[in-house]
Amino acid sequence: MPRQCELTAIQETYETNIRNIDKRIVICAGTGCVANGSLKVHDRFVEILKERGVNAVVELKKEADGVLVSKSGCQGFCQMGPLVTILPRGILYTRVRQDDVAEIIDASILGDTVVDRLVYKRTDDGTSCPTTEEIPFYRRQSRFVLRRCGQIDPESLPEYISIGGYRAAQKAVTKDGKLICEEMMRSGLRGRGGGGFLTGRKWEFARVQPPGKKYIICNGDEGDPGAFMDRSLMEGNPHSVIEGMLIAALAIGADEGYVYVRAEYPLAVQRMRKAVRDAREMGILGQEIFGTNKAFDITVMEGAGAFVCGEETALIASIEGKRGMPTPKPPFPAVKGLFGKPTIINNVETLSTVPLIFSEGIERFQAMGTEDSSGTKTFALTGHVANTGLIEVPFGTTLRQIVNDIAGGVMEDDGTLSGTDFKAVQIGGPSGGMLTQEMLDLPLDFDSLKSVEAMVGSGGLVVMNHGTCMVGMARYFMQFIQNESCGKCVVCREGTKQMLALLDDIIEGRATGETLPLLEELAWTVKKGSLCNLGKTAPNPVLSSLKYFRDEYAAHVEKKTCPAGRCAALSTYRVVADKCKGCGLCARKCPVGAISGEKAKPYTIDAEECIKCGACIDSCKFGAIVR
Amino acid sequence: MQTNRQFTRVLDIIEEYDRDPDKLIPILQKVQAEYRYLPEEIMTLIATSLGISPAKVYGVATFYSHFTLKPKGKYLIRICDGTACHVKRSTDLLDAMRERLGLIGGKNTTADMLFTIETVSCLGACGLAPVITINDEVHGLMTPAKAVAVIDEIMAEEAAQDAKAV
Repeated sequence: MPRQCELTAIQETYETNIRNIDKRIVICAGTGCVANGSLKVHDRFVEILKERGVNAVVELKKEADGVLVSKSGCQGFCQMGPLVTILPRGILYTRVRQDDVAEIIDASILGDTVVDRLVYKRTDDGTSCPTTEEIPFYRRQSRFVLRRCGQIDPESLPEYISIGGYRAAQKAVTKDGKLICEEMMRSGLRGRGGGGFLTGRKWEFARVQPPGKKYIICNGDEGDPGAFMDRSLMEGNPHSVIEGMLIAALAIGADEGYVYVRAEYPLAVQRMRKAVRDAREMGILGQEIFGTNKAFDITVMEGAGAFVCGEETALIASIEGKRGMPTPKPPFPAVKGLFGKPTIINNVETLSTVPLIFSEGIERFQAMGTEDSSGTKTFALTGHVANTGLIEVPFGTTLRQIVNDIAGGVMEDDGTLSGTDFKAVQIGGPSGGMLTQEMLDLPLDFDSLKSVEAMVGSGGLVVMNHGTCMVGMARYFMQFIQNESCGKCVVCREGTKQMLALLDDIIEGRATGETLPLLEELAWTVKKGSLCNLGKTAPNPVLSSLKYFRDEYAAHVEKKTCPAGRCAALSTYRVVADKCKGCGLCARKCPVGAISGEKAKPYTIDAEECIKCGACIDSCKFGAIVR
Repeated sequence: MQTNRQFTRVLDIIEEYDRDPDKLIPILQKVQAEYRYLPEEIMTLIATSLGISPAKVYGVATFYSHFTLKPKGKYLIRICDGTACHVKRSTDLLDAMRERLGLIGGKNTTADMLFTIETVSCLGACGLAPVITINDEVHGLMTPAKAVAVIDEIMAEEAAQDAKAV
């Protein structure tokens, strides 16, 4: 096995090269930090280091000496970006601007001190937290899959190998496919993309198909609005995804793979492509993987913008160059998938977990999480909370722990923090449901969530404060699904359209006593009658908000008011007499002549005539009109 | 002459993918990157070259939101309306920017072909919500005022360049 030693050789070269590097500056180059200017900060570091006479090592070469300046994938704490980490001490600087660079270099690179003004301050008492271990956002997480994201240079294959990468795949080359499937089943890994199906069992279905052409597809079409876990993994640790695919391929006997990435993620596409190229050059992918007679190669394909392509059969149609429309199951892709051949489709996070299960051991993996949901799950934590970003926790963590400890509490519209006093948490995107205050201590795992009619989904977690209108949120998701419904089956195509129309009736004050029962009936029809999971789960946001916030729906329907004050058509416009100067501008702007009054005296709005267009509010310079 | 040259580029792209109809989507993506939209005659050419019906090409081109049959402006502004951005009022950004650009009714592109505005379901930069991208450059934590300021900046730059050119 000549190739066997090669991984070790690469690791040794890497270690020799890095031997003389005593300090390292890691600059986050995830989408969020790049947007905040982290690439400029990176260049500035290189520039100032040179000015100070220090050798800035950007590309690790033979016996490099000096300070290594590298980029990393998303470190998760996007809101505080650009993030800069100084190793080995692990000092984390937040919101670093170009002007801060010189100060950081003088203090932490040339010296051994910390620039206090740039480290994270706790939201409760303002204490400084110089390292990630001290920051509550990180301390309360269990970063397993994400651990390497934000540390390693995603574009460096040698670095991935030096942390033990591709060893699991190399071992898998000599293993029997059946054994790999069995081990996967024993680990209890369930698909992270939504359904939660046992990964090992899925692989076994494809493995037992007659030998011949088989495919592995990595589903990186992360379409759920409010989710970016897969993007971060592909950007931050692309080789772990490739290694997972390689192991899956060896397990089922596939020789070709596709990574299907959303077109909205240009950086992920670029990094995945580079990783595939590098792995191929090294003989890890290609005709003779690890010097054996086994072959496996990967094509990275960019999606073209269709949410429904997250559905397995639609994704297959898309790779085949067709409209991305789903087909009925069975036959399941594991039996008859891409180009009619047995195909396994796994989500990015699932695949990225696979090599870790083998390298860290099944026992360690099972020790995390709950009995039926082993391991950890990444969530995209967003909405009205103090800390937003990418997090990873063991299955079974409660909502209270996430909202209070990691997210740092709920943020009201005026910027004050109010602990765990949220109105609802939306989980799982347009296919998921609402979680309420009563579920604060519900362990988040596949089965507990199912019991409250929500789902892990891909892992979007949107916290909403009391200023959010639940009917409005349900409408938002319905609009999304309506846009994305592929049009193949009637119940989904027409049903979602009618559901949207009913929700509009409620929001715009046209609802009658029949609206809610009709909406509910229609929701169940769409749920039961749709062909694919997009349609089957489409009514979930409506059903779950109806279940927990029926009062709010009722207020819209019966009293024609929006308790959160968000629905424009249900609000009444009035003039605040104290503030009105009587200039008459609003009366002139009103398109229906609903405003009248005398000069220099407070004007009044005729509620009967008012069409609630808001023109008066926009025109008033004194803020004297409210709704 | 120009038309001929343009067709040659399309044929090169089709050759690159071995005239494989399964590769229709990557072909259309490359062609669109070249022309910034998919002209009808070129879709017909692709269909003929791949040996499939123009209707099939049209069907695929209209199914996916990334393909456009109309030319887009020089600056493509995408406003994220993902959940995180939505709860942080991304619609206000849309309204403000449309108003600044004078886009009314169903119009998405300005008459001078400088700006196109569209909403997307999620850009995956939720930590920075609300987010917009201008030609793939991400601008996070936006407010209506900031969004309008970015447009003003681009307009000023363009005006300065035009003045130079004259």
